[in-house]
Amino acid sequence: MKNDVLQPQLLKNGGTIDLTQLASLGYEDFSGCLLAEVKAGGRVAAFFGVPGAGENDGLELFAVVARDRHANLAVYRTEVGTSFPSLVASCPQLHLFEREIAEQYGVKPTGHPWLKPVRFHRVWQGQTDVWGRPLDQHPRPGDMEFYRVEGEGVHEVAVGPVHAGIIEPGHFRFQCYGEKVMHLEISLGYQHRGIEQMQFQGPHPFTMAQMETIAGDTTIGHGLAHCQVIEALSGCEVPERAQAIRALALELERLANHVGDIGALAGDIGFLPTASFCGRLRGDYLNLSAALCGSRFGRGLVRPGGVHFDLDATLVREVLTRIDEIEGNTLGALDLFFDMPSVLARLEGTGRVSRSTAEDLGLVGVAAKACGVARDSRFFHPTGVYSHLFDELITEETGDVMARARVRYREVVVSIDLLRRIGANLPAGIIKVPVGPLQANSLAVSLVEGWRGEVVHVGITDAHGRLRRYKIIDPSFHNWNGLAMALRDEQISDFPLCNKSFNLSYCGFDL
Amino acid sequence: MKITILQLFLHLLLLFGLSPLLSGVIGKTKALFAGRTGPPWLQLYYDIWKLFGKGLVLSRVTTWVFRAGPVVGLAVPVLAALLIPFGSIGAPLSFTGDLIFFIYLFGLARFFTACAALDTGSAFEGMGAVREVTFSCLAEPTVFFAFIVLARLSGSLSLDAMFGQTLAASWHSAAPSLLLILVCLFLVTLVENCRIPFDDPNTHLELTMIHEVMVLDHSGPDLGMILYGAAMKLFVLGALVVRLFLPGTTGSMILDLLLFAGGMLLLAVIIGVVESTMARLRLLRIPQLLVGASLLSFFSLILLLR
Repeated sequence: MKNDVLQPQLLKNGGTIDLTQLASLGYEDFSGCLLAEVKAGGRVAAFFGVPGAGENDGLELFAVVARDRHANLAVYRTEVGTSFPSLVASCPQLHLFEREIAEQYGVKPTGHPWLKPVRFHRVWQGQTDVWGRPLDQHPRPGDMEFYRVEGEGVHEVAVGPVHAGIIEPGHFRFQCYGEKVMHLEISLGYQHRGIEQMQFQGPHPFTMAQMETIAGDTTIGHGLAHCQVIEALSGCEVPERAQAIRALALELERLANHVGDIGALAGDIGFLPTASFCGRLRGDYLNLSAALCGSRFGRGLVRPGGVHFDLDATLVREVLTRIDEIEGNTLGALDLFFDMPSVLARLEGTGRVSRSTAEDLGLVGVAAKACGVARDSRFFHPTGVYSHLFDELITEETGDVMARARVRYREVVVSIDLLRRIGANLPAGIIKVPVGPLQANSLAVSLVEGWRGEVVHVGITDAHGRLRRYKIIDPSFHNWNGLAMALRDEQISDFPLCNKSFNLSYCGFDL
Repeated sequence: MKITILQLFLHLLLLFGLSPLLSGVIGKTKALFAGRTGPPWLQLYYDIWKLFGKGLVLSRVTTWVFRAGPVVGLAVPVLAALLIPFGSIGAPLSFTGDLIFFIYLFGLARFFTACAALDTGSAFEGMGAVREVTFSCLAEPTVFFAFIVLARLSGSLSLDAMFGQTLAASWHSAAPSLLLILVCLFLVTLVENCRIPFDDPNTHLELTMIHEVMVLDHSGPDLGMILYGAAMKLFVLGALVVRLFLPGTTGSMILDLLLFAGGMLLLAVIIGVVESTMARLRLLRIPQLLVGASLLSFFSLILLLR
C-alpha cells in the first residue's frame, strides 16, 4: 500500500491544519488511504466536497477520519472531475456522504448502489443534476424511486411526512409481509434550510444564531462545535472558566433530553407514571439551563471566545442544590421504569442492531454505545474540562431498545456526577476573550459529544480568512440508517418505539 | 307488560346516562397515578356533545359502508344491553339462546367497523382491521366457555337467568369456576375495549394502534357515535363482570341500583389502576395472553364438570 509512504496530516479535536501544506492525493491514493484508515478502526467523521477556488477548478473532496484510539483526526484531500468511483461497497459509512456530494455538486459517484437524493434541493453549482431533474425548479421532497418488494401478501405502508403526533416531518416507507417489516426506507429533507450555504464568506453576524437552530434540542452541542471551529481558526484560547460553564450547559442539555427520551419511551408503551414524571423532570433540567443563561434551551450562552453569561457563587450553589433535589426524583422515576417487568418485556429484544452493523454504518452516540461500540468524543477527543474530568465510557451489549434506554439511564447518572464535579471546581477568571481574524487557507475540525452523539463541524477558510466551506454533521446523519436496519424483520407495530429509542433529529439531518 | 316498559326505560337511561362517566373515572384514576389533575369527570359527555354539533368530512373513495360502521357500532351495544341484567335489575328482553345472539351482535359490530375501515383503502386502517379481527377471534372462545359454565350452573340458556338470582347460590357451589371466568371476562372486557395492556386508547402512534386506527378517518357526528358506542360497549361488558362479582340482591331496587353503579365505578377504577401500572404488551404477545384466557375458561368448565 502506498499509504505507508503517505503520511497523513493529523490534528487534534479543535485543531487546525494549513491547507497549503496538505497535499492533494490522486483519487486512488486517497481511496486507498481512506479504506486503510477505516480498516484500522478509523471512522469517517466527515466527507464532503469543496468547490475549487478558480472558475475551472474541479471539485475537491475532503475526508476527516476520527482515529479514536490515537485521539486524533486524519485529513485527506483529493480532486475529482465530473464523477468519481464510489467507495460505498467497501465502506458503507460513506453511503450518505457520497449521495450528499452528488446532490450538492452534481458530481456522480459511479457504482454507488443506492444513489438517491438526500435533501431534495437544487444543485449548488454547475449545470448538471445527477438525476436529470430540471435545474430551474425546486425538486419536490420525497420525489424518488423507493425500494419496493412485490409478491403475495406483501404490502406497502407509507407514513408521513405529516404525522399524528407533534413531531418533525419525515417520510417512512415500509415494505411489509403481514405485520413483519422486510424493509424500511426513510426519506427526509422536508426542513432543508441551506444552513451550510449560508456560511459562505462567513462568519456572518447571524451565524451563531443559525448554529444554535441547526437542531433546537442540540443548541449547546452545535453552538459549541461551531465556536470551537472559530476559536481554532482564529487561534484564541478559551478561558478555563468559560470551558467549565460550557460543559455544565452541555451536560444539562444531555440530562434534559435523556430524561425526556426515557419519559417518551414510557409514554409509547403506555407506562404512565414514568412518562409523566420524566415530562416534568425534563422541564426542571431545562429550567436549570434557563438559570444559567435565561433560555431553557441554552440559546445565547456559548459564543466564540467563551460564554456570554457568568455564574456567581450563589447561582452555582443554587444550581447544585436543585440538582440534589431533582436527582432523587429522576432516579426514582427511572428505577420505577427499569424495575417493571411489563416494561422490560416490551423493550428487551425489540429493534436490535448488531454490533457489526453499527460499525459498518458508522453509528455514533447513544445508538452506537447500545451496540457495544465505544464512541464518545468526550472520552476519545476531549476538549476543555473533559480532558481531566470525564472518564466513564458507557456501553451496553444487546443493541435493542432496552440497551438504548439503559445507555441513557447510565449517562444521566454520569452527567449528574459531572455537573457536581464541574460545579465544585469552577475555575475563577474571565469568561470571554476577543476573537481575532481567522487564519487564511486553513481547515479546522471540532467534535462535540452532543446528547445524541458526535456533532462534527469543519470550517475551511479562503485566502482572505473568510469561510470557504462549512460542513456540519449532526449525529442523526449517521444514525438514521441504523434505525432502518433496526426495523428489519421487526413488527411494524414496534416502529414508533424503535424510532423513539433512537430519537433522531430531522432538522439536524436536513440542515 | 308495564314493568317491562319501565325496565326498558331504566336500562336505557342507565346505559345512555352512565356509560360516558366510566371513561371519566378511568381518566381521573390514571391522572391520580401520574400526579396530574386529569381531564374533567364529564369530559366524554362534552366530547360527544361537541362532535354531534360538528360537520362531517368524508373521503372521496368511501361508500355507504363507511357511514354504516358507526351506526351499527352504536346500535349494537344498545341492543346487547337489553339482553343482560344491570345488577339485580332483570333484562327487559330475554329468550332462550340469547347468549349466542349477544356474542354475535358484537361480531356484527366488528364486521361493520372493519368493513368501514377497509372502505377507506388506507394501509393503516387495513392493518388495524386485521389486528382487531384476529384478536377478537381469539377472545370469542373465552366468552363462549364462560357462558357455557354459567348456563350449566343456572340451567338456562338466557343471559337474564344466567346472570340472575341463582348466581349467588352458584358462588357457594362452584366458586373456583366462577372466579376463573370472572378473571377471563375481565380480560375480555379489556381486550374488547382496547385498553392497556392490549391496546392503548390514548396513543397517537398509528402504527401501534388496534382499534383506534380503524376509526382515524371518521369525524364529526360519526366519531361521536363511535365514542358513544365504545363507552356503551365498555358499560355492557363491564356490567357482566360487575354482576358476576356482586351477585344477589339487597331486596330494595334503589339499593341494588346504587350497588350496581358503585360496582361499575369500581371496575373503572380497577381498569385505571391496571393502565397506570402496566406497560402495553408487544403485539405478538397479545394472542398468547388471549389463548391463555381461553384455556382458563376451559379449565373452569372442566372444574365444573369433574
